Amino acid sequence: MEGGVVLLDFWASMFGMRVRIALAEKEIKYEYSEQDLRNKSDLLLQMNPVHKKIPVLIHNGKPICESLVQVQYIDEVWNDQAPLLPADPYKRATARFWADFVDKKMYDSGSRIWKTKGEEQEAAKKEFIENLKLLEGELGDNLYFGGEGFGYVDVALVPFYCWFYAYEQCGNFSIEAECPKLIAWAKRCMQKESVAKSLADPEKVYEFLLQLKKAYGIE
Amino acid sequence: MSKAAGLLILDYWVSPFCQRVKIALNEKGLQYEDRHENDLFGGKSELLLKSNPVYQKVPVFLHDGKPVCESTIIVSYIDETWSSPPLLPPCSYGRAQARFWADYIDKKVFDATGNIWRSKEVNVEAKNEFIGILKQLEEALGDKDYFNGATFGFVDIIAIPLTCWFLAVERIGGFTVAEECPKFSSWTKRCLQRESVAKALPDPEKVYEFVLMFRKMQGIE
Repeated sequence: MEGGVVLLDFWASMFGMRVRIALAEKEIKYEYSEQDLRNKSDLLLQMNPVHKKIPVLIHNGKPICESLVQVQYIDEVWNDQAPLLPADPYKRATARFWADFVDKKMYDSGSRIWKTKGEEQEAAKKEFIENLKLLEGELGDNLYFGGEGFGYVDVALVPFYCWFYAYEQCGNFSIEAECPKLIAWAKRCMQKESVAKSLADPEKVYEFLLQLKKAYGIE
Repeated sequence: MSKAAGLLILDYWVSPFCQRVKIALNEKGLQYEDRHENDLFGGKSELLLKSNPVYQKVPVFLHDGKPVCESTIIVSYIDETWSSPPLLPPCSYGRAQARFWADYIDKKVFDATGNIWRSKEVNVEAKNEFIGILKQLEEALGDKDYFNGATFGFVDIIAIPLTCWFLAVERIGGFTVAEECPKFSSWTKRCLQRESVAKALPDPEKVYEFVLMFRKMQGIE
């Protein structure tokens, strides 16, 4: 039995959801602590002084920051069940590559869909779909990015699924029409309890996004 | 020196990301072919385009023909495939810290140097941001000889090639790292004494010449 686990998080964060999924996959009991990002707690600032961001995973009082670092840590420490990264070094490198691709590309292009209008928004939508199609290519005919089993890249990407509805509403387009295979994969993942209970309600995410847009002064 | 079949790097001489891979291979005592891309700006090789279709960038590491892309991922792959000497600490928490700092360096350092040397005028804000990043790294280093602890390792490999660009940044920005961040400067000198590092890194004067040529090409001079 490993020591106390605490997750400093924000309900709508895709990055926080990654960690929630990993913890659920491993059946780890932890304390979930919802953070107010407009008024950051002393604990958050103390545990992540470098970036001052959520999620922060605290294990035995020691903080680990950055969601993919956290997922790898969880995978290494609780290695008795539900392996997320494969054992083979080449497959691990491939998994890390695609998780890194998700990090580099998805958040940025997704954000530009709701932050911009007109030509800029069209360009953001195009880039977002192109990135999803590349991911579809990598998925191929597999059930999951991890192959037969749910794994690291699935954990990295699936949280974005609950933001798709918000992006579609803001951008006036259908992601399923463009990337049916990826949506089929996402729905498959949502049948897993670890995913279903970790992802936010897409309607609530959209409401939250509308508030964000107002706060940013975006129509 | 052990020979491992079919190790190839697609390389560009000035790329600190390629140098990370070379240092890692040198640390492991591995022999490899270093194949230079002669023209990154106009004519990338077919092998590069085929091996890294997503980003079309160097470095690409090919192990028996199978490509691995993204320098930090390549260094992890090398460490996991050839286990001796280990580049990451043995405990999970130490590894998480190493990955965190590698990610911080990846996100911050090269862009911060670019904000200085791509700027026509001396950019005080960019200089302060750069110094701030180095001071943050000094804090992470603490009293240790290396980011990895008593021995040279993963984070040191990720960071050290970027220091070849600091001469250019100093000359264009009008400051010295040694004066602003003496601890970081000492760590740099310590790493450069390692053969695995010294033989992988270019002369900072040549990097400075490259930066000047780039500035001229971009009409920044």
